[in-house]
Amino acid sequence: MSLYYLQKVMFELNRDAHVRARYDADFDELLRDYDLTGEEVRALTEPDIGLLYVLGVNGQILMHYAALAGLEWEEYKQAMRDGIEEHGQVRAGLYAMTGDTNYA
Amino acid sequence: MPLVFAGACSHAPGITGRAERADPKVRDEFYAAFERMRVAMMDAGTETLVVVGAEHFANFFMNNMPAYCVGMADYYEGPIEDPEWLGIQPVRVPGNPDLSRRVIKSMLNEIDVAYAEEWKFDHGIIVPLNFLTPDYDLDIIPVNINCQGPPLTPLHRAYEFGRALRRACDAQPENIAVVGTGGISHWPATPDSGKIDEAWDREFLEKFLANRREDLVAYTDEDTLRDAGQGGFEIRTFVAVAGATEGSGGELWYYEPIPIFAVGCTVAVMDVKQAVSEAAE
Repeated sequence: MSLYYLQKVMFELNRDAHVRARYDADFDELLRDYDLTGEEVRALTEPDIGLLYVLGVNGQILMHYAALAGLEWEEYKQAMRDGIEEHGQVRAGLYAMTGDTNYA
Repeated sequence: MPLVFAGACSHAPGITGRAERADPKVRDEFYAAFERMRVAMMDAGTETLVVVGAEHFANFFMNNMPAYCVGMADYYEGPIEDPEWLGIQPVRVPGNPDLSRRVIKSMLNEIDVAYAEEWKFDHGIIVPLNFLTPDYDLDIIPVNINCQGPPLTPLHRAYEFGRALRRACDAQPENIAVVGTGGISHWPATPDSGKIDEAWDREFLEKFLANRREDLVAYTDEDTLRDAGQGGFEIRTFVAVAGATEGSGGELWYYEPIPIFAVGCTVAVMDVKQAVSEAAE
């Protein structure tokens, strides 16, 4: 597991137009610059936002990647819930669900 | 000149990005509080605004994460987010590198800070600026406190940072305002986005507005994470403002949980006149 590099791909995509151009041109080639597992590459390229969430990607990085992938806000929140349903609880990081649904 | 203005406010991206989904009456009251803050800040003669923010991986990452960083650039650009998503168009914001350099040099006598001559704003700074300097023509000095990538600076250090910032600002000839911006309890960018603990927020705000240092620095990260979410780590920005206004209290101009904005929306102003720092004596 290489959560650090998984997040670094998205950090650089979110802030750097040149990295985004490489993402548009050949995402697989871009990803070869980062030390990622097969599961992480798959989660990025599908993209499987739910799996990225479960892998522990910081939400402040992931929400922009989800927007880049075309997910609307409620779709993004649902994708995280679906990720937990499919892949289990969040494995790392600070952005785990509380399980408290007693709010608007 | 002694610091001319100090306050604290929210910065959540939904405030501008999901504006049309909020109750218009509630949203507009919140926006009006921001406008009241802008008017008060400018009426105080503010020439430069120091924004003490908590960015979200716009500039700083775990390859080289400063606990504190102060901007020293000619200009800043933002937002890094998609303009349509955030509801704020790309803009270039003026800096004041000469003043930054003097402030940083002064602060380094007491605390260690990093500096940056290149800095892109994310919602953590650009959302407040959208309200506080809507024409983006006020000189800005951004400050970041790492609230995202643990280990994080302890709260008592955030208070010390605020003290050092105050002394540094008081020693300059310019009229400077300091505004801290962060969330209180919130669980942003999680499936729980929209969850807000109003009671926790109000208790924290009561301690902040009374500037009770011992109470403010007593929160542990374990307690905050459990009770106020990972977004609660951003109270460091409020604690720094409390340090910058040590000896003063403040007023709450607005607080209302707005779930679609994912935070208890806050505008608070601290009295800078009562506090007299060593540099101003």
